[in-house]
Amino acid sequence: MQVLTPLFHVLVFPGFIFLVVFGLFASWVDRKLIAKFQNRVGPPLLQPFADFIKLLSKEDIVPEHSDRPMFAITPLIALAGVIASIVYIPTWSAHALHAFEVDLIVVMYLLTLPAFALFLGGWYSTNPFATLGSTRVLTQLIGYEVPFLLACLAPALAAGSWSISDVAIAQHDGLWLITAAPLSFIVALIALIGKLERVPFDIPQAKTEIVTGPEVEYSGRRLAVWKLTFLTEAIVGGALISALFLGGPHFWGIPYESMGPWLSGFVGMIVLSLKILAIVFFLALAQAALARIRIEQMVQWCLLWLGIPALLNLGLVVFITHL
Amino acid sequence: MARLSFPVGPQHPALKEPENLRFSVDGELVVEADIRIGYVHRSIERTCSERNYVQDLYLCERVCGICSNAHTLCYCMAVEQIAEVEIPERAQYIRMLMHEFERIHSHLLWLGVAGHEIGFDTLFMYVWRDREVMQDILETVSGSRGHYGMTILGGVRYDITPEMEEKIREGIEYLRERTEYYAKIATTETTFIKRTENVGGITGPLALDLGAVGPVLRASGVDYDVRRRFPYLKYDQVEFEVRMSEMADVLGRTLVRVHEIIDACNICEQVLDMMSEGEIQTRFPRRVPEGEAVARIEAQRGELIYYVRSDGTDVPERLKIRTPTLANLPAAQEMLVGGYVADIPITFASIDPCFSCTDRMVVLDDVSTSETTTMTWSELLELSRDR
Repeated sequence: MQVLTPLFHVLVFPGFIFLVVFGLFASWVDRKLIAKFQNRVGPPLLQPFADFIKLLSKEDIVPEHSDRPMFAITPLIALAGVIASIVYIPTWSAHALHAFEVDLIVVMYLLTLPAFALFLGGWYSTNPFATLGSTRVLTQLIGYEVPFLLACLAPALAAGSWSISDVAIAQHDGLWLITAAPLSFIVALIALIGKLERVPFDIPQAKTEIVTGPEVEYSGRRLAVWKLTFLTEAIVGGALISALFLGGPHFWGIPYESMGPWLSGFVGMIVLSLKILAIVFFLALAQAALARIRIEQMVQWCLLWLGIPALLNLGLVVFITHL
Repeated sequence: MARLSFPVGPQHPALKEPENLRFSVDGELVVEADIRIGYVHRSIERTCSERNYVQDLYLCERVCGICSNAHTLCYCMAVEQIAEVEIPERAQYIRMLMHEFERIHSHLLWLGVAGHEIGFDTLFMYVWRDREVMQDILETVSGSRGHYGMTILGGVRYDITPEMEEKIREGIEYLRERTEYYAKIATTETTFIKRTENVGGITGPLALDLGAVGPVLRASGVDYDVRRRFPYLKYDQVEFEVRMSEMADVLGRTLVRVHEIIDACNICEQVLDMMSEGEIQTRFPRRVPEGEAVARIEAQRGELIYYVRSDGTDVPERLKIRTPTLANLPAAQEMLVGGYVADIPITFASIDPCFSCTDRMVVLDDVSTSETTTMTWSELLELSRDR
């Protein structure tokens, strides 16, 4: 049992299998919502699963002039980074699987890995569309990553700890940190759109301009891994924002203390899933309501309208906590 | 960063038809643009001079899938001019109706595509849903949704019954309401404006010099509409405004087209009010007397010109089509240079390109060696097998 429990956590819950299944389910919710917004019917429940399985069975082509090892390994690094970060994020109770004092920074770092991996994968596939998309990935990174980090620091400073679990525990008295950092919450949500490369920030992929950019040469299994990376990143990013701003699994009136460990874990997971789905709803709404903007507009807008509010809110939190 | 050679097409999600655009880009800026046409050449002009006038009618309709009626209208006008056939008044009104119906459906189609090009798929879905209303009207009137076959030599094929008229009025009312809503979106939605304002600009005089036509020219502030300058059918009897914009960018072209939809709705209502009972066809001779004629109309993409020369038989000696896209290509090239890579699809789409109409074949003989490069059919076959 000593060996099996960590293995279960990594492979099944809250690790790989949970993330994949919930990620695919959330992508169905997302697609269905967008379809409803656009006056369409939308896909059936199992469509994302079918798409994923079909993609796995397709032929996997590596371009002749690409750097084969880099081309092959980058999607795996991206996916590994995302899945590893769930270890430090509270999923069924306010305590994450593992926690230490600066795990917030570690998670930030791990969630940046997909962007860098995407850049490298695109760059080494030596396609003009991929090259252009790769440079856009890095340019866009500056736009969203700085405000995202600033926004996530605000609740950490308010709770007095740089550990995500401690921040989640601090919200258990009933006051979510969104009350202390409302601007940071909005900034984090919008920056998450940039992280996930969705409309209006799907600039690096931009289907009608550069034909999905860095992913253009990927096919079959490796493309499936890329798709999976962004699906799971949506879940992990949503879980992170929920833990920092929305109290993680906490909800008023749910007596976690009086429940057994299994029941409280189950209820906590359901509550967190609903919060993540609420964030997915926001993402879908943004996708349906907005057009894709240009890369230089994006960086300018993000640094101005996300960076400054995030800084303001951070300053406010620092001011109040040191009062 | 070194300059990157960046191809768009022949296969690219932004292009609905195969055509090749080659760009030289410096980072995100377009330094050079080169438009290469010729991928969907179908030799329609040549084929036309091997078939009789009635067969050519069907061939011309198939020059384009979107402006099919404009092509038959222009063809019939040219041939009727040579044959000196006057078509009945009611037929002229019905031709006008079809012409404006097609403008509405084509501009709506364009608006949806424009939304898609800038990643605004919700606009695409909404506009194309509403476009179905116009498609239903076209189907009610003509029996089909793409190639209507309404315009024939000497008149129109089907009459418009009172029941149809009721349906048309209802549909037009709905479309006008929706189009006003889209005009509001185009002028208020921030991301839409960010992607279209000051994008793909071209000044009025330059657009004129490069021979641009239609909404592209009008959006640069040039007052040129064939319906007003050289009225055909009954356009001198209806009231409409030549829509122009001083913005000279993609947003201007969008607004010109959106307002033209509203105008087309108004024209349709006026025509329905003015229509009098009567014949819809007149007898057209099998042989067309010797002569030549040029017809020009304001198709939805711009000025469409047909030249027909007859040698007195039932087959035209020469038929020449000048489509609006061909006229707009030099202007498009000018718009693309100096813009962003991200703006290539929407800028190019803003001329509402239709390639299969445009493609022509040019055979250049080498002057220095005086060798001709003309090929026979069997040589061409052999070449394609070798490749």
